[in-house]
Amino acid sequence: MAQDWKSFEPLLIPDIPNLQQIEVYEGNGGYDALKKILNDQNEWSRDNVVNEVKQANIRGRGGAGFNAGLKWSFMPDPDGGPRYLACNGDESEPGTFKDRKIFEFNPHLFIEGALIAAYAMTIDTIYVYIRGEYISWVEKFQKAVDDAYEKGYLGENIMGTDISIDLEVTYGAGAYICGEETSMLESLEGKRGYPRVKPPFPAQKGLWGRPTTINNIETLANVPLVINNGAQWYSDLGAEEHPGPVLYGISGHVNQPGVYEYPTGVPVLELINDVAGGIRGGKDLKALIPGGSSTPVLRADQLEGVTMNSDSLKDAGSMMGTAGMVVMDEDTDMVDVLWRIAHFYHHESCGQCTPCREGTGWLEKVLLKIKNGEGEMKDLDLLLDVGNQMEGRTICALADAAVWPVRHTINRFRDEFEARCKKSTHAVA
Amino acid sequence: MAELSFTEEELKEIEQLKAKFPTAKAATLQVLWVAQRKYGHVEPEVQNLVAETLDVPKSHVHGVASFYTQYYKEEKGKFVLDVCTCLSCQLCGGYDILHHLEEKLGIEAGETTDDGMFSIQSVECLGACGYAPMLQVTNGVYVNNLTKEKVDTLIDNLKNGKMPEFESMAMPELEKRNQAASE
Ligand SMILES: Cc1cc2nc3c(=O)[nH]c(=O)nc-3n(C[C@H](O)[C@H](O)[C@H](O)COP(=O)(O)O)c2cc1C
Ligand code: SF4
Ligand code: FES
Repeated sequence: MAQDWKSFEPLLIPDIPNLQQIEVYEGNGGYDALKKILNDQNEWSRDNVVNEVKQANIRGRGGAGFNAGLKWSFMPDPDGGPRYLACNGDESEPGTFKDRKIFEFNPHLFIEGALIAAYAMTIDTIYVYIRGEYISWVEKFQKAVDDAYEKGYLGENIMGTDISIDLEVTYGAGAYICGEETSMLESLEGKRGYPRVKPPFPAQKGLWGRPTTINNIETLANVPLVINNGAQWYSDLGAEEHPGPVLYGISGHVNQPGVYEYPTGVPVLELINDVAGGIRGGKDLKALIPGGSSTPVLRADQLEGVTMNSDSLKDAGSMMGTAGMVVMDEDTDMVDVLWRIAHFYHHESCGQCTPCREGTGWLEKVLLKIKNGEGEMKDLDLLLDVGNQMEGRTICALADAAVWPVRHTINRFRDEFEARCKKSTHAVA
Repeated sequence: MAELSFTEEELKEIEQLKAKFPTAKAATLQVLWVAQRKYGHVEPEVQNLVAETLDVPKSHVHGVASFYTQYYKEEKGKFVLDVCTCLSCQLCGGYDILHHLEEKLGIEAGETTDDGMFSIQSVECLGACGYAPMLQVTNGVYVNNLTKEKVDTLIDNLKNGKMPEFESMAMPELEKRNQAASE
């Protein structure tokens, strides 16, 4: 990682006023990547586009970090029937607030990326699913879509070619689980957001039983960068195994919270102290949740030398997730925090699988007991045990996402949890 | 309740929503939204209207309406204040804001004031974590970086029928740069 990362000029949300206006976007090289491809479809055959994106190694920004081009290559050959791209703008993982920046400040970059993805996979319809609470951003984004239609980047015979791609914007109505990809498909079909059993995978049977690829908004916004500058250029940005620019959402006890764009692989402590202005009130850092509420918490003393990319975070004992960094100061009560996280997952469990429905309920209940000073030592082992029985036994990964914070917060702040339990034993005695 | 129906204009909007998808059923969430904007809630009669309009089973619409938290299954206050108390907001005083509102309005989270003006709810992360604590007014605009004073002003304004405006939360690094450039 180059030392000069702080002077990095943002690419996903560059410092250009009114970039959300299509003319401004066009005036700054916007839609050039799409033109480049459509004007030379021999050079930029569908396979070549998929390969270029695969080579660039854009790791999914929705949380799982899967290579986008590789995912695209799973789509079966066209059979003449409909094929879909479902863009995930559900953004509901606590600590995550970055896709809305793209909708507000650079929507056309995402639209262009989605169009390139649709071209590469021979897809005719793009759905953009946005969380219902983001209605203000739905409206802003719809305006950008209308403009793109008017300019001929969307719809029939795009830019005079024989390629036709539609884009429909739709939104949810409050349900975290609809961010899980198959739950989002159910919601798009107008149903309760119950995740589907896999296989079949969405590439085989997705929306209305047809081949479908699901990508996060930020993931697709990276695609034009790759086409404009090449896979090599892209993969040289940031960390080797996890390249590219990232929208870091920094929240919690920092002086300057917000979304900041830097390459992957930047030092966690510098992001907190230099970029986000350090801890409020001159206090000390206690802990960090690096990538949304499901990623395991790290103690301050575990952060020395850690950088924001999958390998480094994995070595440290956590994950990159959504790069939504939640910063906690020395006064933070980890029992309270963990109870609130457990409450979230219990509230958001869709209830289909018994281990998840019952397990998330137990985790919350036992943590509430500990929080209220009524816990016993054996409750800590009960929590870990319930977690072990949930993990890997459910239809979707929500149950796992609920277990990881419990396991790691208890293990990494064991003293604090034990002290809370001991106190209650004394109080009773 | 009197016989419910959509106006010609609403039916036209519904046709446009249906056209987004290959099936009418897929428009269920969107048409529930149209209905809720009209009636302020989606009580069972309203759900039935949606089912009839889309020609889908009532049980289907009921299942959808009950799954998603933003649909009001009962009548709420004129203004519904959804206070985020999730992770980042909890860290930044979300519960203090919630309790301040509860005291100020004399109701608890989940309740509506007697005059039907305000409902308060404690909700999960709204995707505004960097602007915590925050709340959302009736499934609409976000009010960020709350203090008790800001809450008081908001309540006064709402009582006078003045809705808060959309607050654009720019990227702080760009703001800093622009400030430096203009100095
Ligand atoms: C419970 C749960 C919630 C999720 N929520 C989101 C979300 O809000 N946004 C998102 O992009 N991905 C979310 N994901 C990940 C998606 O399932 C999927 O991996 C992702 O959208 C794929 O896009 P990507 O490969 O471009 O990251 C969630 C996953 C789970 C298990
Ligand atoms: S793991 Fe939980 S959220 Fe996922 S399908 Fe099962 S019950 Fe639903
Ligand atoms: S935690 Fe409140 S908006 Fe995310």
